[in-house]
Amino acid sequence: MILAVDTSLGTAVATVGDDGVRAEASTADPLGHAEVIGDLLQRVIDGTDDAPVTQVVAGMGPGPFTGLRIGIAAARAFALGRGIPVLPVPSHFAPALRAIEADAVTGRFAIVTDARRREVAVTVFDGTDADGIPHVAADTVLVPRADLGSALEGLRAIEVSTLSAADLATVAARALRAGRQLADDEPLYMRHPDVTVPGAPKKVGL
Amino acid sequence: MTEPLVLGIETSCDETGIGIVRGRTLLSNTIASSMDEHSRYGGVVPEVAARAHLEALQPSIDAALDEAGVSLRDLDAVAVTSGPGLAGALMVGVGAAKGLAVSLDKPLYAVNHLVGHIAADILTPESEPLEYPTVALLVSGGHTSLLHVRDLTTDVEMLGETMDDAAGEAFDKVARLLSLPYPGGPEIDRAAVDGDPDAIRFPRGLSRASDMAKHRYDFSFSGLKTAVARWVERCEADGVPVPVADVAASFREAVVDVLVTKALAACADLGVPRLLLGGGVIANRRLREVALSRAEAAGVTVRIPPLSLCTDNGAMIAALAAELISSGRHPSTLAFGADSTLPVTEIQVAERLTVPS
Ligand SMILES: [Zn+2]
Repeated sequence: MILAVDTSLGTAVATVGDDGVRAEASTADPLGHAEVIGDLLQRVIDGTDDAPVTQVVAGMGPGPFTGLRIGIAAARAFALGRGIPVLPVPSHFAPALRAIEADAVTGRFAIVTDARRREVAVTVFDGTDADGIPHVAADTVLVPRADLGSALEGLRAIEVSTLSAADLATVAARALRAGRQLADDEPLYMRHPDVTVPGAPKKVGL
Repeated sequence: MTEPLVLGIETSCDETGIGIVRGRTLLSNTIASSMDEHSRYGGVVPEVAARAHLEALQPSIDAALDEAGVSLRDLDAVAVTSGPGLAGALMVGVGAAKGLAVSLDKPLYAVNHLVGHIAADILTPESEPLEYPTVALLVSGGHTSLLHVRDLTTDVEMLGETMDDAAGEAFDKVARLLSLPYPGGPEIDRAAVDGDPDAIRFPRGLSRASDMAKHRYDFSFSGLKTAVARWVERCEADGVPVPVADVAASFREAVVDVLVTKALAACADLGVPRLLLGGGVIANRRLREVALSRAEAAGVTVRIPPLSLCTDNGAMIAALAAELISSGRHPSTLAFGADSTLPVTEIQVAERLTVPS
């Protein structure tokens, strides 16, 4: 049984077994992850009957940092509590899988999510590979929203504001079966911490 | 339940603190600090702190369990700081605490960081139990607060707090003015060793007679910082070297003077002959010296927890939760968030009305 947690957009939690989705709970709210994560987790665990969770999956973004971290922290702590491993998965794989398998999108397409500050995060996919995992044709980049059209050069853009943790778990299940790692342990921050090194102290005037 | 075993998670600023207590007995106080990463910025950068918390949490929990010689399964409850503090940093701890509590199916207690600083004192078994009421002065890089504590788990009142910079921040900023590295507290201390604390009469914020009605117990350090900046600029304009030792000593004296004066005024006004000191700035030797000698003259007993429990830590959060449990309080619901301005009157956040059967 896989438990997947993602807070890159809204808050999404699901358990998936060999026989498919066992329980799912989510909110679309792009804020309030810290408030809802506990109840959503509890609801999914309560709804998963007696089958034990053996693997946790954490959506690693891209997404607004503050919210993104909450899901990763919760996923890691849950795994620690049960003594089970965590597999990090880039969040864009979930909507990509849905586009390919549920919506029958063929050829190259771009998953687009809001990245705040008038930018979007874009990952280009092209079908699935031999393991059934969406094939990344171009790695995730940040693009000014105003430039998205020209950046994609006519490529189909699928912009999503929510994603399914069950889809993320399905991608993870295939990666685990194939013995593959899809992301590092570091979240896909895409930006440096927004700071400047201070220069000389400002004059206050005499 | 006697002597509950509690794991506390504290991420309100730049220390990732994991503490484990059994009742009032400290089993582990594990701290991972991101201070070094902030030094090039001259102060705590919230996003840098939050990233560091996420990386440090799991290894810190493992280390704390190791040191305490307990396993997660043994825990009676998980505790976490809900606020006040840096919102993004707090949220990492809240997310982890909820994940852990649901995973273990253990009760979760969301508590107040400032009251946690007071609870640190109960982890000192060699001293007499903390007597109430007491006045508490909490001074760190994140807060400067004067509290009236009538009961640790039910009745804490904010008497005053800083209107601008925290005292620790003032040390950092003045250190920069004097071209000293971050963090400023120990650097100012070192620079002040041969300085004359009376060389320069820097202003004491909110200490004029006209401030007493509205801000008797409040603090302000931005005017002091500006006064130091002017002084340094004037030296430069006059082409004379800045007497760093005298400036550092005089600045520190101004901070210490206003902190101790207001704390002892509160003791006198409230008729409370007890003062508890907490927060990382208590590591400042001059502050401890002046507080102890002036308190003695005023007939006030001063309590100072060990410095490892004065700086931000998870043990104090676990200790506060253990006291809440022992006094029969219900756990928090899972629906609380991080509250960067959580009032000190909210000692526990989101307590369940009834315990589900
Ligand atoms: Zn503190």
